[in-house]
Amino acid sequence: MAVDAESVSPPLTRRDLVQRLFGVGAGALATALAAGGSVSSLVTAPPARAATPPGALPLKRKFRYGMVIDTRRCVGCRACVVACKAENKTPPGVSYTVVVEEAVANRFDDKPIFMTKPCFHCENPPCVDVCPVSATFKRERDGLVVIDYDRCIGCRYCITGCPYGARSFDFGENYAAVAGATAYAAVPSPEYGQFRARSEGSPVGNVRKCTFCLHLQDAEGRYDKAAGRWPACAKTCTGHAIFFGDFNDPESEVSKLVRERQPVRLKEELGTEPNVHYLL
Amino acid sequence: MKAKGLKLLFWASGVVLFLVGIAGWYDRLAYGHVNANYGSVVTWGLWVAAYIYFIGLSAGSFLISSLVYVFNVKRFERIGRLAVFTAVVTLFLALLSIWADLGHMTRAWHVLAYANFKSPMAWMIWLYSAYFVLLVVELWFLLRRDLVAGAATPGVKGAVYRVLALGSREASSSSASRDRRVVRVLATIGVPVAIMFHGGVGALFGVVAARPHWHSGMFPILFLLSALVSGGALLTVVTAIFQDGWRRNRDTVLALGQMVLGLLLLDVLFQASELLVAFYGGIPGHLEGLKLTMGGPFWWVFWGWQLLLGTLVPVLLLALPTRRDPRWVSAAGLLIAAGFLGVRLNIVVPGLAAEEIRGLSTAFASARMTTHYVPSASEWLLTFGVVGLGLLLFGLGEWLMPKETEMGTAGGDGDLGAFRGLESKEVDHVRA
Repeated sequence: MAVDAESVSPPLTRRDLVQRLFGVGAGALATALAAGGSVSSLVTAPPARAATPPGALPLKRKFRYGMVIDTRRCVGCRACVVACKAENKTPPGVSYTVVVEEAVANRFDDKPIFMTKPCFHCENPPCVDVCPVSATFKRERDGLVVIDYDRCIGCRYCITGCPYGARSFDFGENYAAVAGATAYAAVPSPEYGQFRARSEGSPVGNVRKCTFCLHLQDAEGRYDKAAGRWPACAKTCTGHAIFFGDFNDPESEVSKLVRERQPVRLKEELGTEPNVHYLL
Repeated sequence: MKAKGLKLLFWASGVVLFLVGIAGWYDRLAYGHVNANYGSVVTWGLWVAAYIYFIGLSAGSFLISSLVYVFNVKRFERIGRLAVFTAVVTLFLALLSIWADLGHMTRAWHVLAYANFKSPMAWMIWLYSAYFVLLVVELWFLLRRDLVAGAATPGVKGAVYRVLALGSREASSSSASRDRRVVRVLATIGVPVAIMFHGGVGALFGVVAARPHWHSGMFPILFLLSALVSGGALLTVVTAIFQDGWRRNRDTVLALGQMVLGLLLLDVLFQASELLVAFYGGIPGHLEGLKLTMGGPFWWVFWGWQLLLGTLVPVLLLALPTRRDPRWVSAAGLLIAAGFLGVRLNIVVPGLAAEEIRGLSTAFASARMTTHYVPSASEWLLTFGVVGLGLLLFGLGEWLMPKETEMGTAGGDGDLGAFRGLESKEVDHVRA
């Protein structure tokens, strides 16, 4: 075990690891567990984990990206779904954002409530905890929940663990219309800046999810709306229903909206603390 | 003649299922998951259900073997080795099933190398890897002396024994008592390991707060209990058919039947408690999965397969005077063991088939985003293949494993004296 863990966290020598493991007594370990702390950070310590439990140390995070989605501005055009497909080139059955609709009884017009639903990049993402290989994790710099396609074994436990249906499995299917010799099919997805060809394994056989288009960030991790480096769904939204920004910046649009309006988050009772808020 | 016909049927079905399974494996290996019917909503299907089914059988039969090797229950002494053998075979089948389910089969080793111990799945895999090693070593020590003795016989069997003996030649009674000590230690370590890993399989589902159908403190306990029931039921069947066992092991089969009956009733009590509390509470999310189980498109799996064939009929068979006939008892065991596949499917599928966000499965049209799940042909074929392989392995074991009475004598222990008396003919042969 010690040897295997070493290969994950190069800076740790075997002795360090053993000391860290046994230096903390079993009691401390149990307390850490009970407090929702990350035992894995003791054992595997991948550098990019920052799923800080509530009440723990303050976030050492530069950005806290999130969205505020105004359902009253949403007309249900689904341009966000299409924009996301075009940006991330997701295959059939995989959609990083969907628009669900719910009819409302006794409403004066027939308009249902539309809700566009990307990944919420939760503060306490249950999907991250259940991953047996730490292939999905919360980035330290900006809190985005991402997937390491090369480590993911495709067990799909995270899909069951996500309360919001934000994850989907890539079965290796392709759109018949573009799978052939179209130029579009030849362009790889820019996801994670990795430009993987679908014919070469991953992400086929992996779980996939919304990344807030993080491949559009600059080297410091900043987006730029004016330059078009902005999550595709928010950029394209015809009714300006999707607000995107950094909750760590008190002057950002999203911070102001959360501060001045009465947003709700889905399934608060699960303690996941989503970073996507809805205005009803 | 009749027994020979049954034996032929057993081998034939094993071979046919195994061959049919090759098609499923080919499809899985060549085309990945394209031809599987699970999606991103019901994301686990038949293979996961088969996995928890087989692994339950394994944990159950191992825990029953521990009655012999840890708790010294003389009653089941004759099936101790058979129980460990069953545990090895079913664990192997479980691992095959879940291996096929992985998106990247070649990355299975990642769980050992990059384990995230906050995940119950990582715990489970580490524990069952340890358990697998432990089981194989324990079985080897249980068989060692017979392998050494059998190595002298000419022909294929002798050659196989020579290979399996791994060079061991010691056949003295001191080596036998050493073997017993080793087995005792291994079996004692195995008990908490088996409880932890199978409780861990239950926890794997139980911890998922996103799926109210699974999210219950009862789950790990229910898994352990149902492992004991299904494992015991399978052992009843195996004991009865293995090496003509229902004639020779009548008392053991009957005793197993009574134990399984008790465990099954306890399991029913726990399940009923879970259902009653959920229905009284009436929280829609909690009820959704249960309503799907009982009144969904596959209601018959619960009412017909699981409850009628898997519970009611065997309970009657084990309670009525049929309980004194090993053939009826093993039939009841077969029904229970088969019924539990229904239980497993009804854990996995309805838990996932309830939409997490209303409207999610209709938000866009895709067969991967639907709450409706029926295993595809290739999923069935692969599972048939796993079952067929299991039958073949049991057949191989039947041929290779030393007969019970011989085993007792070879052990050189007085414990089996009573049984030896019953089988005087074979015993004389060995003692001579």
